[in-house]
Amino acid sequence: MHPAPSVIIFTTFSGLGFGLLLFLGLGLPPVTGWVAFFLYAIAYACAVGGLLASTFHLGHPERALKAFTQWRTSWLSREAWLSVAALLVMGIYAFAAVFLDTRLTPVGILGAALSLATVSSTSMIYAQLKTVPRWHHWLTPAHMLGLSLAGGALLAGQMTVAAALLAVAAAVQVAHWQVGDSALARSGTNLASATGLGAPGRVRAFEPPHTGTNYLLREFVHVVGRRHSRKLRLIALTFGYGLPVVLLVIPAAPHLLGALAILSHLAGILASRWLFFAEAEHVVGLYYGKRAA
Amino acid sequence: MTDLPASTDRKLGLVIDLDTCVGCHACVISCKGWNTENYGAPLSDADAYGGDPSGTFLNRVHSYEITPEEGPAQLVHFPKSCLHCEDAPCVTVCPTGASYKRSEDGIVLVNEDACIGCGLCAWACPYGARELDALEGVMKKCTLCVDRIYNNTLPEIDRVPSCVRTCPAGARHFGDLGDPDSDVSQLVAARGGMDLMPEQGTKPVNKYLPPRPKQDRAEDLDSLAPYLAPVAEDQSGFLGWLDKALDRLPGARSDEEMS
Repeated sequence: MHPAPSVIIFTTFSGLGFGLLLFLGLGLPPVTGWVAFFLYAIAYACAVGGLLASTFHLGHPERALKAFTQWRTSWLSREAWLSVAALLVMGIYAFAAVFLDTRLTPVGILGAALSLATVSSTSMIYAQLKTVPRWHHWLTPAHMLGLSLAGGALLAGQMTVAAALLAVAAAVQVAHWQVGDSALARSGTNLASATGLGAPGRVRAFEPPHTGTNYLLREFVHVVGRRHSRKLRLIALTFGYGLPVVLLVIPAAPHLLGALAILSHLAGILASRWLFFAEAEHVVGLYYGKRAA
Repeated sequence: MTDLPASTDRKLGLVIDLDTCVGCHACVISCKGWNTENYGAPLSDADAYGGDPSGTFLNRVHSYEITPEEGPAQLVHFPKSCLHCEDAPCVTVCPTGASYKRSEDGIVLVNEDACIGCGLCAWACPYGARELDALEGVMKKCTLCVDRIYNNTLPEIDRVPSCVRTCPAGARHFGDLGDPDSDVSQLVAARGGMDLMPEQGTKPVNKYLPPRPKQDRAEDLDSLAPYLAPVAEDQSGFLGWLDKALDRLPGARSDEEMS
């Protein structure tokens, strides 16, 4: 799949933002006043900024409100509802915490649940796609939820929880890569099933429909070199998970190290998310002979 | 709504004969023409006369080579467009309701006025049947020429999809695949019509007829070779003398050197 910057930024930052909102909603840390204002500003900047970024790739962003209508079948529509609900409910909680010095615990818990549901619905947009076998697995929601929780804990300054969650998220990340690498081969979709021509013999794509490129090739066929991919995976693991855990477990670490852990995590997760899209093989590539399977 | 209809009154679709298709791309061009000049946003091209042309097409013809265990390879031309699936994944993922499947005839359509151009339906389609138009920013797909097949202002012979009307080889057939007695259904039954990517669970309405086993293969021809009159290899008489004489001239090369 084409690793479009808009979707990479959207999924990374909204995941972080809603993760932070989740922890704030649960009262971890139980902040009020100016500290709360600062933390909520970060959370809303990430969550809203990410959602806005997602509208950049739309052909007609001015019609975006129509995306609220099909919640019965569409995960994208459900995400629209859940994100707005989470932002509104957490907005009430944040207002009370910042300006009234009060924590409305039930509202916070509801907001936390809605934040979790928002990230789940985002992950389901990808996990539901049978056409991308690498994503069509329960590990995809586990991966995105794990990262959102770990990143949220990191931003919320929950150091012990963050270290534990990062370790879990790293394990899920590695599993997602491992399982994903053989997903297309296991899916049973190949050039023979795509063309129905497998019975008489081995099928090979002989000539594409056009000499030039097209929307399908631009959007769905992105081939990442194996060496390139291995390097980026190492970068993602080191900066996204490893280094932040090391920085977090240093006893009595100053704030500066915490900030460094966050920046390192963000850089690593952007690399991971780039790979999430760039390595995802859409089955339509088979018709163009672009997939080995 | 993007709920799929539980069942459709008819299942209009195409039957494509891979045995007959000659790969001329006439269906591609007539599709592009009709759907640019008629219903909906036109199918745009970018850099059409430049070095890197690309454009929106609702029908594309691939070519595949089949190499059997024994015998020579076979070339199969493979037109591909929307299969108007019964379980169309492109419809249910649409967040705006722009994508829908008609309950009366099963045609999958896009309401371009409601399309936000998010592209998720194209992600959900395993066949590459949907293309986001680069200029219009809306999703384009085969309409089964809904503006032809019900168009009473056209002569009756033209009330079929443009690709079917155009195909000079008769490789494309249009009809109701939900009616077991229809011509297309009988064709599918007689020729072993197949689904593309059945494991994706989309239940495509369009069917493909596999190429027939070829009878006139090179081996078969070889079996007759001993009975053919031998072609003279050594020339005699005046022509034989002339050939040898020319070979002997300085600068002349023999046949062996030339080959």
